[in-house]
Amino acid sequence: MAVREFAERGADLELVGIQKRFPGFTAIENLDLTIPAGSFFALLGPSGCGKTTTLRLVAGLEEPTQGRILIGGKDVTSTRSHERPVNTVFQSYALFPHMSIIENVAFGLKRRRIGDPLGKAHEALRLVELDHLAQRRPQQLSGGQQQRVALARAIVNRPALLLLDEPLGALDLKLRRQMQLELKTIQEEVGLTFLHVTHDQEEAMTMADTVAVMNKGAIEQMGAPAELYDLPKTAFVANFLGQSNLFSGEVAGSTDTAIAVDAGGARLVVPKARAHRHNGAVTVGVRPEKVSLHVEAPVPSSERNVLGPGRVLDVSFSGVSTQYLVDVPGHGTILVFAQNTGSGPSVGVGAEVWASWLVEHGFGLDDGAVEVERFAADDSTTSIAAQRRDDLVAELGEG
Amino acid sequence: MAFAAFATAEAQPQAPRKSSRIALFLLLPGILYLVLFFLTPLVSLLLTSLQAPLEYGDIGQYQYAFNWQNYVDVMTAYWPHILRSFGYALAATVFALLFSYPLAYFIGVKARRWPLLQSLMLVLVIAPFFISFLLRTLAWKQILSDESFVITSLKALSLLGPDAHFTGTPFAVIFGLTYNFIPFMTLPLYTALERLDLRYLEAGSDLYANPFTVFRKITVPLSMPGIVAGTLLTFIPAAGDYVNASRDFLGGPDTQMMGNVIEANFLVLLNYPAAAALSIILMAAILVLVGVYVKRSGTEDLL
Ligand SMILES: Nc1ncnc2c1ncn2[C@@H]1O[C@H](COP(=O)(O)OP(=O)(O)OP(=O)(O)O)[C@@H](O)[C@H]1O
Ligand SMILES: [Mg+2]
Repeated sequence: MAVREFAERGADLELVGIQKRFPGFTAIENLDLTIPAGSFFALLGPSGCGKTTTLRLVAGLEEPTQGRILIGGKDVTSTRSHERPVNTVFQSYALFPHMSIIENVAFGLKRRRIGDPLGKAHEALRLVELDHLAQRRPQQLSGGQQQRVALARAIVNRPALLLLDEPLGALDLKLRRQMQLELKTIQEEVGLTFLHVTHDQEEAMTMADTVAVMNKGAIEQMGAPAELYDLPKTAFVANFLGQSNLFSGEVAGSTDTAIAVDAGGARLVVPKARAHRHNGAVTVGVRPEKVSLHVEAPVPSSERNVLGPGRVLDVSFSGVSTQYLVDVPGHGTILVFAQNTGSGPSVGVGAEVWASWLVEHGFGLDDGAVEVERFAADDSTTSIAAQRRDDLVAELGEG
Repeated sequence: MAFAAFATAEAQPQAPRKSSRIALFLLLPGILYLVLFFLTPLVSLLLTSLQAPLEYGDIGQYQYAFNWQNYVDVMTAYWPHILRSFGYALAATVFALLFSYPLAYFIGVKARRWPLLQSLMLVLVIAPFFISFLLRTLAWKQILSDESFVITSLKALSLLGPDAHFTGTPFAVIFGLTYNFIPFMTLPLYTALERLDLRYLEAGSDLYANPFTVFRKITVPLSMPGIVAGTLLTFIPAAGDYVNASRDFLGGPDTQMMGNVIEANFLVLLNYPAAAALSIILMAAILVLVGVYVKRSGTEDLL
């Protein structure tokens, strides 16, 4: 019954109305997801949002409370895990401690009676540059090496669908980049379908064809990385994928192509095509790198939204760019990234500035009015750090 | 030479030497205990096993000698008992393992979600220890005697022949051994299975292994320390057991094991050298068997 051959190519995965309830806790509610064959799909979300649970459901290690799972068009909801054409790189590696590395890697091949399991296992180990450690036990390897073995152990089976649960989490930056490239190459060469779970947004954006942002057991938004970044649908996505400046207000007027939002007294214009809602209470936003700073009030124009004057609270230099925190009364703190091209104004803490951005760079969320809480929804370290600093700055500002 | 020795001694860092001296000091009670209660009797047993009858002496009077003929004598006289001992012990170990593994698996793996059930079942496994095993074995003798309800019912149902016995047969002895040593098998198995990381089993089934293969290739090897410990704790005492096979308990004239003949030689026949020689043979045989077994099962760390 088990799959006796290598997959010719990837299979598509379809999750239909999946719900997973643990005793006293709903981990996933009503998840619908289609991953086309041969694509590199990244599932991105904060810790505890149900990513691992989703993978376990697909691998057959967990049964959905409701819903169906289809792989390559075949309903596998009640197929047991060893009969599914799926392999997993586990978040905890789960290398068999009583077997050598090579035995670990050859395990799946032997179960499927695929010819020359040891040769293929060595080949897979060479791919992750660990062939010289083939005879060792997993306990004798570093965390990153174990992770690469786990990767080899899954890839060697050439499954129609490969599930990767943060497979690069334990690697240093250089090796991580290298493995990302390697993974992408393998995926493209063989045309396998990859479902890659990560909470590293950069990894998701650089590697995946499609990114789904997951939050609290549901998918908030799905699409190509650039699309998601350019036009986030919810405040969560806007702040989980990069950072955003968000402003809540009422729609005060609209033309054929744009809406104007009255946000705390300022008039912010957003193209209709870039706004998910066109009336009532809305939240609009702009990415910090799209905002420019001016030391003099800019001439009002229909092409730019202007906020100000405000006061620079903090300037931090990070090499290629400088990050400014500007407090604009009535609008809170605005984050601005300025490329250090030498052309923009250089302002110091306490300077009076105006912030402006092109109308076509703004976006309107689907959320309605949200509590404009800039970085709270995100668990990633950089934003926690930014949040901390934000709080600190606010405190200092009061004092 | 002396200078060299002196120099190396000087060069040694102080700390490890101090700690090794402390370790030695801490080991002292243990070493004394072993010398007193293990080595002394062992040497005495060895010397006794080589004794020769006192010339013109009474029955039971012996003198120190180097009479290795004793070993040949007991081997020729008692080889069936020796074989029987190891045969019964092996059978009891296998049955205890077959019974205990599913039990330990249930308590240690399946019952993890219900800690109360887990504790309750563990208490039930240990509960027999609250009654002396002599009493329990006697109770089984009653339960399985020819006049007992169990045997008469079986006869009435024609499941047993009209003049069949249970007590006094090898089955009864093996049954008794199995019964008495099941906790010794179950507890180490439980300890090993309780620590079994289920993620390995999941990884196995993710890698196309069906449940039986997962059990054979992952569960069993990972619980090997428990299997080895349990079988040793069962096999060693079972091979030397003299209660179950005794005529006063579940055994009969044809089921005598080494323990029984050692007992008879010591206490009835007063042939101390024969009894001592048999004891030494039993010990040596167990040592060899266990050594080979542990080596084969790949758990040398246990020794
Ligand atoms: N067996 C279980 N019983 C009860 N709750 C569970 C169980 N497994 C997972 N959960 C809960 O389901 C939620 C989702 O868990 P999951 O492991 O899928 O998170 P995740 O997105 O993979 O997080 P991370 O990025 O930290 O790995 C968590 O809140 C977790 O506590
Ligand atoms: Mg996880």
